[in-house]
Amino acid sequence: MSTSPESGGTFPQRIRWESEGTSRIPFMAYTDAEQHKKELERFFYTKHWNYVGLEAEVPNAGDYKRTVVGERSVIMVRDAEGGIGVVENVCAHRGMQFCRERHGNRKEFVCPYHQWSYTLKGDLQGVPFRRGVKQDGKVNGGMPADFKTTDHGLNKLKVATRGGVVFASFDHGIESLEEFLGPTILGYFDRLFNGRKLTILGYNRQRIPGNWKLMQENIKDPYHPGLLHTWFVTFGLWRADNKSELKMDARHRHAAMISTRGQSGKAEQVTQVSSFKESMQLHDSRFLDIVPEPWWEGPTAVMMTLFPSVILQQQVNSVSTRHIQPDGHGAFDFVWTHFGFEDDTDEMTQRRLRQANLFGPAGFVSADDGEVIEFSQQGFEQKPFHRTLAELGGREVGDTDHMVTETLIRGMYQYWREVMEDPA
Amino acid sequence: MSTAPAIRFEDHLAISRLYADYAQAVDSGDWDLWPEFFIEDCVYKLIPRENHERGFPLATLSFESKGMLKDRAYGIKETLFHDPYYQRHVVGAPLVHKAEADRFEVEANYAVFRTKLSKDSTVFNVGRYIDVIVRTSEGLKFASRLCVYDSEMIPNSIIYPI
Repeated sequence: MSTSPESGGTFPQRIRWESEGTSRIPFMAYTDAEQHKKELERFFYTKHWNYVGLEAEVPNAGDYKRTVVGERSVIMVRDAEGGIGVVENVCAHRGMQFCRERHGNRKEFVCPYHQWSYTLKGDLQGVPFRRGVKQDGKVNGGMPADFKTTDHGLNKLKVATRGGVVFASFDHGIESLEEFLGPTILGYFDRLFNGRKLTILGYNRQRIPGNWKLMQENIKDPYHPGLLHTWFVTFGLWRADNKSELKMDARHRHAAMISTRGQSGKAEQVTQVSSFKESMQLHDSRFLDIVPEPWWEGPTAVMMTLFPSVILQQQVNSVSTRHIQPDGHGAFDFVWTHFGFEDDTDEMTQRRLRQANLFGPAGFVSADDGEVIEFSQQGFEQKPFHRTLAELGGREVGDTDHMVTETLIRGMYQYWREVMEDPA
Repeated sequence: MSTAPAIRFEDHLAISRLYADYAQAVDSGDWDLWPEFFIEDCVYKLIPRENHERGFPLATLSFESKGMLKDRAYGIKETLFHDPYYQRHVVGAPLVHKAEADRFEVEANYAVFRTKLSKDSTVFNVGRYIDVIVRTSEGLKFASRLCVYDSEMIPNSIIYPI
């Protein structure tokens, strides 16, 4: 069905869903440039909290980090009073993206073009020749008499911090971060960010040539890990007898995949993956030197997708944020920030760094994900009239106590349709 | 210019030979050759320049033994799904910082090009090797090889050894 174009031809004018449900997602959800702008407007620039960073990245007054909200360059900065602000990286004068370094420490922000200067909070404080230049007894030029510096600060975003994580929004009428996440997801958020100070271990940056939503879907898809990531299976980290739960917020935009590693029986009895080799042993088992931590309260892995901008990872001892930074409909930058906690022993830090070999752009299990996203996008682009199937576990949306379902993807598109099809 | 340490011509030649052999091996497609360039108790890291210069310990790949390199070779061959590609290393002349009887500290620039099937050859990863090389009964081996790369955005993924 639908393997050849219907009325709309190979390149339909507008997206068409087969039903009111979301188990069959049109390829056009990933391929249209105009629609991508609408997504930026509705998901990244209004009504959504977007991840910008961790407080530990800017520990001291004047520390800043340049990042993005959607496709807009912003600066997260620690002000003189110790607060965190986020301002847009566009000079109020001639619109230049003035901040070029990705991080640093400043007493003020200055646009090099005409030396307009701003406080760390983004207020305009200095405009050269504002009152003109005196020459031969008369004043030449200057800004108009009604020019007020207070009218021309940097664009300030609304900021929310919780547990050391910083979110921002261009939309000052947005609900609270807590309301945005909802009680279920907030519970898992607070489990990971429970008030301990974070320590930054470092970054990985990759550019993935696929639509940004595919990254959200990848971490809402518990169908693939045991099948694509044969490394997980080969070395016993993924097993079909893992105890698992999938949970969403009330609007189905955010999700948590919660799993606890199975311990009983031979893995071959509980997995159907043919390539599994029970006898396969690592030459160096330190890759999987897993030591349970008290804050886990049980689960060995909790993967959270916060729509639209970030994935929060706990995979055994490896914890990271993964920031989704779209660049047009067909690509996104994916920035990993690995961290630890202030009370980590040296051994625990080493363990987190070692387990990081599993993740990131070269990771034993994450390198695969970028690859399949690239090739999915290629499939979508060649026949945009077609659609994907996400019908494992049915066509409905709801929390489950197992992993054999694509319900979280259906849930995300239920929310996507609600927002994107709203005529407002 | 840095002051060149005294080094025997034969040793310099052997280091150049080691670099050329390594480049040929990691471009050959025979991934089992790669761990054999290292001693058992070795270090191999692939590190973004940003982390290296800011003192962040995270590496894109961080291996602490020849066993881990063998595990990586196994992953490349058996478990990591990826688009097939060729890679080609171009390695600059070794700059010897320190020469002892059986231990050398050396660095060299490198560029790796990637060629996917039916696609252009593109610059894949660019940086420098920071090495500790030791003399063993089987010739010179790496005790430590840090690949510190300038390349800002990894073009999707890195599968094969740099």
